[in-house]
Amino acid sequence: MAVDTERTTPGTPRAPRRTGGLRHRLAERGVDRVLLLLVPALLVVILLFLYPMMYGVGLSLQPQKGGGMLANYRAFFDDPYQRDTIWKTLRLALPAALINVGVSVPIAYRLRGRFRGRRALTAILVLPVTLGTVLVADGLLRYLGPKGWFNRILLDLGLVDQPVRLIYNYWGVLFSLIITGFPFAFLLVLAYMSGIDPTLERAAATLGAGPWQRMRRILLPLLAPGLATTFVLAFVLAFSVFPSANLVGEPADETRVMAIAAYQSAFEKYDYSMASTIAVLMGAFELLVISVTLLVRGRLYTGPSAGGKGA
Amino acid sequence: MTPETVMAGERRAAFDHLRLEGVTRRFGSAVALSELDLRIEGGEFLALLGPSGCGKSTALNCLAGLLPLSAGSIWLDGERIDGLPPERRGFGMVFQNYALFPHLSVRRNVAFGLSVRRVGKAEIRRRVDEALALVELTEHAGKLPGQLSGGQQQRVAIARAVVLRPRLVLMDEPLSNLDAKLRVQMRTEIRRMHQDLGLTTVYVTHDQEEALALADRLVVLRAGKVEQIGTPEEVYTYPSSTYIAGFMGYRNLLGLPAVTTENGRVVVGEGAFRLTGVPQERVSGPRAVAAVRPEDFRRAGPGDRNTLDVRVEVSEFHGREVAAEGVTEGGHVIHFRLPERVAPGERIELAVPVERVLVFAGTGAGTRAGTGARTGEAAGPADAAGPEEA
Amino acid sequence: MSIARSHPASRAASHRRGLPAGRLGSWITWGCVAFFLFNLAALILSVVVNSFGTSWFAGWLPQGFTTAWYSDAWSEFALGEVLQTTLAVTLAVVALSLLLGVPAAYALARRDFPGKRVVLLLLLLPVLLPPITYGIPLATVLYKFHLAGTMTGVVAANLVPALPFVVLVMTPFVEQIDTNVESAARMCGARTRQVFTRVLVPLLLPGILAAGILVLVRTVAMFELTFLVADADSQTLIVALYSAAFTPGIRAAQAIDAMAVIYMALSAVLLIIALVFVNPTQIVTQVREATAE
Repeated sequence: MAVDTERTTPGTPRAPRRTGGLRHRLAERGVDRVLLLLVPALLVVILLFLYPMMYGVGLSLQPQKGGGMLANYRAFFDDPYQRDTIWKTLRLALPAALINVGVSVPIAYRLRGRFRGRRALTAILVLPVTLGTVLVADGLLRYLGPKGWFNRILLDLGLVDQPVRLIYNYWGVLFSLIITGFPFAFLLVLAYMSGIDPTLERAAATLGAGPWQRMRRILLPLLAPGLATTFVLAFVLAFSVFPSANLVGEPADETRVMAIAAYQSAFEKYDYSMASTIAVLMGAFELLVISVTLLVRGRLYTGPSAGGKGA
Repeated sequence: MTPETVMAGERRAAFDHLRLEGVTRRFGSAVALSELDLRIEGGEFLALLGPSGCGKSTALNCLAGLLPLSAGSIWLDGERIDGLPPERRGFGMVFQNYALFPHLSVRRNVAFGLSVRRVGKAEIRRRVDEALALVELTEHAGKLPGQLSGGQQQRVAIARAVVLRPRLVLMDEPLSNLDAKLRVQMRTEIRRMHQDLGLTTVYVTHDQEEALALADRLVVLRAGKVEQIGTPEEVYTYPSSTYIAGFMGYRNLLGLPAVTTENGRVVVGEGAFRLTGVPQERVSGPRAVAAVRPEDFRRAGPGDRNTLDVRVEVSEFHGREVAAEGVTEGGHVIHFRLPERVAPGERIELAVPVERVLVFAGTGAGTRAGTGARTGEAAGPADAAGPEEA
Repeated sequence: MSIARSHPASRAASHRRGLPAGRLGSWITWGCVAFFLFNLAALILSVVVNSFGTSWFAGWLPQGFTTAWYSDAWSEFALGEVLQTTLAVTLAVVALSLLLGVPAAYALARRDFPGKRVVLLLLLLPVLLPPITYGIPLATVLYKFHLAGTMTGVVAANLVPALPFVVLVMTPFVEQIDTNVESAARMCGARTRQVFTRVLVPLLLPGILAAGILVLVRTVAMFELTFLVADADSQTLIVALYSAAFTPGIRAAQAIDAMAVIYMALSAVLLIIALVFVNPTQIVTQVREATAE
């Protein structure tokens, strides 16, 4: 024990003015044995997250077919079949994230107060998040299929003559992203919205601001950082779409997203190097979006509530 | 309640003396406590006094072992203890917010220390019962801390510390969360327990009234350094600096040039305004500070020498007396107390005994003392109830 | 960020209803919510109805009803074993993430040390990044060490998001506990281990329970990582469901839906348990706390 080392130090029986130098100085900076508690968890994260990521980056720079460090990246961008996955992923992720966040705001605005059944509503909305994309995709196959209830309703109402094709294409995947993503975005926005003091709006009202002005000049500025965070999370979630793109999409063509390309490289072509390359590109893209949004968020953050806590 | 018989075995202090040598604690580059040397006798009630940020809580936490020292050492009789973790020092502590274990009943809170030491069940029961009886909480033993009032929680905290028969009891502003009436009541209880159980107590407070009432000896701290050590009477009557004077209820800290110094008397003043007092340190030069307590002023009668004229500006009725504020010709604000009401605008002549005008060398300390004066003021009317001229 | 701070106590937060607003807006809002919920219910019901149907060519309902698909699914997909695996993996992940995560959360809550931001970032990334992003390199590494396809590998992979999640959820719970309570325990003579077992763990129990249940729910639903790392013997229910659904035509759709219903039932049970102990929003919004740093 560190305690004993100090007591057994011989030759300093009386009033040494500086004791345990380094240990004390470290303790003053918050470094002491308590930090050992952090080590096992950190080790796991380093071994199972950081190391594989680094390994993946390293692997992506060692192409199986040779041709220099960046050959994989060049190959990815030269091959339209691979390159287009970026566009296809974005074409799904961006609308999904925008719809999910955009629709959440007005609805959360209405529902932010206390009302009967709020807890029940949130519980129901959590359901699709809990069920996950696989189950939602399976449900969409039944519900939106040519013989499913959705087309049946449209047919019986006379809105269409032929069943509308909503699965095994772009729309099926987009719907699955909305069904799993909207509750997620909505609950986040609702939480942020509920955190805004309602008296602020009343104060604005007494100063003559109408509903639209209150929303635009009080609520939205205060909500902006939360919205930015929500958008990032919703986007990243949609960007990594994988099971539903396979199940309700057209994985060979229209919804061949980056995750599918990476998966195919790894587990169908056994080109782990190329798979890592695509994974690295995905990660890089996500981190880029995260950092840009957080950067913008930093600018939005002007209120006194900014950085209330400090890490 | 007969604590004497209950814990008669512990009437004698568990050690002869505790010694702090050069105890220093830094937080980064800030020095919270600087080279504190202190000797605490067994059985003594010592108060560490000062405003927030003066280092008194740091000193207490260093003593408890909750904060490692940056330098210095702590000795209990011949044994050096500053390397020991808190659980092996055998001290008890009462926290400002009580820090009761919220998930344990009152009984199990008090029993906690005994049970982690694996004391036998019957013994635990007996000692916890004693301690609960001591703080008159026997009928609340089954409750959770959240169900108790502040005063009751405070008693649990004291019982929890005392039940272990600690060598030293540390109290960190234990009364500051209570209302004024309860505070006075609990103060007496703490002092009584200290005497009856033969405890040695180190008590941290920012309330000078509390410190004066409780302690055998006061240590006044300022910015991590000792400003004065002495008995309550010494510190109250002869503060060693304007800082302490301000802290001890000397609300009038008048920055005035020294005019003459002779025969152990110093005359300060400007214009027609003259005040004679006793120099507390070498007073020379144009700046000096005269410290006078409001209650030492009285209305001047015939034959009074040390007098001054003021115009009353505000007067507040305080029950037994009237606290008033007046202004001298030269613009100095004078706080004083009188037995009867005076009207704003009235001109009156005040007198003060020469020995109750303490004159310090004024080296810009007046502003510092001013903040101290405000702290002292918080005690309000109780100033007069202090051990005046004891 | 103030709301992030109120994390465990958010249930206590009271908010009045906002200003009175136009009736039309209200109708539209509730209309949107109702439309969404209607489709969601219809989607789930489609699966349930189909799993009980004999055959369903056209029309609103199948020709007849049967429970035969469930026994079919049970034997065909070896659901007994799959459920066992799911249970074993989930419990192992919950136990390990709590065991390692709670002490780490304690250290993070109680100490400010150089490099703390780096540690926080390192813990944040696995929660923030979608599993598929780091799943592929992780699977590659696990294959290299011959851990892929084993239970160990599946547990290890699931630990990657679960452990940081526990740390991030638990940190505010630890911060809520007054440090003086710990000091008081020490002053009473309790050693570090006793401070943990007799004061901190009992006080943290609600948080530990919440974090454990959330990890449970998330691990059962975790498709990507398990999918990338598991083989036929170490797959969990959600992966088995995906495999079946991805190869339609080989298995009867009704049998697949029967499996889906079993999965839904499992999730529903877990969700109900979770709702008893945690605020529903927590299942979604843990990340707020972290991104607020």
